[in-house]
Amino acid sequence: MQFRRTALVAALSVVALTAAACGDDAEDSAAEPTVAEAPEFEAGTTMAELAEAGSITIGTKFDQPGFGLENLEGEVEGFDVEVAKIIAGALGIAPEDITWEQTPSAVREEVLEGGEVDMVVATYTINDARKERITFAGPYYTAGQQIMVASDNDDITGPESLKDNPDAKVCSVTGSTPSEQIREYLASPDQLVLFDEYSQCADSLSNGQVDAVTTDNVILLGFVSESDGNFKLVGEQFTEEPYGIGIAKGDVAFCEFINETLQENEDAYIEAWESTAGQIEGTQTPELPEPDECV
Amino acid sequence: MDAVFDNLDLFVDGFLTSLRIIVIAMIGSLLLGVVIAACRVSPVPPLRAFGTFWVTTFRNTPLSVVLFACAFGLPEIGINRSFFFFGVLGLVLYTSAFVCEAVRSGINSVSAGQAEAARSIGLNFSQGLRFVVLPQALRTVVPPLGSVIIAMMKNSAVVGAFGVGGDLWSTGATLTSARGLETLPVYVGGVAVGYLIITLSAGALLQLLERRVAIAR
Amino acid sequence: MSQEQSVLYDAQGPRARRRTLIGTVIAVLALLGLAFVVVRRLADRGQFSMELWGPWIDPSNEAFDSVWRLVGEGIVNTLKAAAVAMVLSVVLGTIIAVARLSLGRGGRLPLIVVTEILRGLPVVVLIYIGVRVLDDVGVDLGGLPGGQVFWGLIIGLTAYNMVIFAEIVRAGVASLPKGQREAALATGLTQGQTMRIVLLPQAFRTMLPAIISQLVVVLKDTSLITFIANYDELLSQGESIQRNLDNPIQTFFIIGLIYIAMNYALGRLAQYIQRRQAQAGRAQGQPTETVGLTPATTGTVGGGA
Repeated sequence: MQFRRTALVAALSVVALTAAACGDDAEDSAAEPTVAEAPEFEAGTTMAELAEAGSITIGTKFDQPGFGLENLEGEVEGFDVEVAKIIAGALGIAPEDITWEQTPSAVREEVLEGGEVDMVVATYTINDARKERITFAGPYYTAGQQIMVASDNDDITGPESLKDNPDAKVCSVTGSTPSEQIREYLASPDQLVLFDEYSQCADSLSNGQVDAVTTDNVILLGFVSESDGNFKLVGEQFTEEPYGIGIAKGDVAFCEFINETLQENEDAYIEAWESTAGQIEGTQTPELPEPDECV
Repeated sequence: MDAVFDNLDLFVDGFLTSLRIIVIAMIGSLLLGVVIAACRVSPVPPLRAFGTFWVTTFRNTPLSVVLFACAFGLPEIGINRSFFFFGVLGLVLYTSAFVCEAVRSGINSVSAGQAEAARSIGLNFSQGLRFVVLPQALRTVVPPLGSVIIAMMKNSAVVGAFGVGGDLWSTGATLTSARGLETLPVYVGGVAVGYLIITLSAGALLQLLERRVAIAR
Repeated sequence: MSQEQSVLYDAQGPRARRRTLIGTVIAVLALLGLAFVVVRRLADRGQFSMELWGPWIDPSNEAFDSVWRLVGEGIVNTLKAAAVAMVLSVVLGTIIAVARLSLGRGGRLPLIVVTEILRGLPVVVLIYIGVRVLDDVGVDLGGLPGGQVFWGLIIGLTAYNMVIFAEIVRAGVASLPKGQREAALATGLTQGQTMRIVLLPQAFRTMLPAIISQLVVVLKDTSLITFIANYDELLSQGESIQRNLDNPIQTFFIIGLIYIAMNYALGRLAQYIQRRQAQAGRAQGQPTETVGLTPATTGTVGGGA
């Protein structure tokens, strides 16, 4: 069970090594997005500023396997990272000109409001409270909260069975949205165990300290696929988490540009998925969701 | 300050959970610390070595690493208990090293004549330790022991991050990052005030105690 | 060692020695037995597999170089944060101590209140306030070299440790013979000069072991940042490594050893300096009163945090 992530990392590094062997300029040719040459933008827009500067600062997570994970060489890898590269490419910014900023859940609105980053692509669920402070482009992916248990556990079949098993412990991450949404399914708050990271929840599930782990299904699938059949997902997803791209509040032009870029680059989008989160067993290549209206 | 008063029940719960952690850890670390101190001064060399090893390990490791070892290491050797148990255990192990050192310096402060007198009336090592040296040592160690315990109260904040939950520190994290409340009132007005109530009243109690047991030297 | 034993028991006779031997055998067997059980259970769980240890101990492992490079960076960042926080704490602590020693009752009161509050708070809460709350209320530390998180951490650590240092300095000055101050004043130095030229330098000399001991506390406390924000110190690097390699037990074992080695070395340094000072003091025939300043007790003043 300890080899959960090792397997994926090994697989990914093999991919990287083969790619590197193919040529110096194509470091990760499979997922390399196209970089537009000298694109034209209306003066005064965010796009014009970024294209002019030739560089961009993007916030993402550094600890989310499949979406944004910092590897041992200090590079971030994942679906969020690839999606961000597509958008940067449309601005004429090459991947090496992107500055990646680590933005854990708690600081995402703050860094956008403070202008420390130009956009945030970080498993960022679109909701009304957040819309008060920032603008979302997208959604570019829809996840849903689900429950993961040990394979030999037949008592917990979904969130509803947590009430019937008041001794069962369910693990999630401190201060996360899933940790709040699971509360209504619990018989008592003592059932909830909180850690700093989902990997700690998975470790606790593997050594029997907790009975279930809950968060967005794509994150859970990552653990399931690396568990050698020791973990499984149970029940239907019981929430809908549309992931959006956070930008400064009210920048409608930039929001529309991002939505158009994603629509125009569906192939690159699918490529991005398949080279990252799509490698996780049990995931399905998503269709690009219809974008929301930019406000 | 609405953030505090609207969630007063959460803060009170957190306060009580923190208090529970602290009281159990205090009893545990005092007992364990005295045992380890006895090891460190015992005539049996491997016990002395064990005591030294214990103190060196736990005094020089960050509490977060000790807590990690308890929460994730112990299940690996087949010990499955609640995270509350592991959290308190980690705090006890860590604090016991400091209790041990405070007690040991207290034992060393007892003049040799006392132990010699104890031996001359026929008390053996453990009797001499129990009836003559420790009672005197425990008096001189009240001030340093008090600050070790107050430090432990403050350190208990870290325990909340290891699956224990519901204590003052985790309450702050839940209110700010999951429910989006402002950090200033939650941490300064709620969490900080909660810990101050605990540590300041403990400090006042300690002063009372010091005055009562203080002996002129 | 031998000195402290003699307080409790005499040189052992044949019977006592036999008893000690029996005790030794039992203790060794018990400790070995415990170690054996632990090792066996870890082995049952596959915790000794090379797949998990390889990145740490096998130089031919592809992750070996990256892992140790990350650890190296982590050690540097940990030491950097600890050193900066330490210097600031000593400077500010001295200022607070001098202010408390020289101000009147009215001026002292606010300092005492601040001291009590800062000493009463968990350092992790102070670091949180430094990193998150200050940022939220509009204090911008991002422009400083090292970045916002680094300085937030420094502020938290300094706020906690400077008041502890103020107490150490106060105790250090108070431990000096009264004649020092009287003689300095008699030669016509002002109060401030007396403090600066005569009292503080002497106090600092006796305080050096205490300062180094407190450095151990600060060094350990830097790791608390992992609960709050991202700063690549030693423990955070360990978390990043085990996130990639999925070997938390092995990674934290090594990280723990590194902390112990660093702090043990610092502790020995403090002891060495203290012993040298004690010798120097004896040679000059003056008692060096370091009551309350030995590493053992300052560990407790420092709060064992």
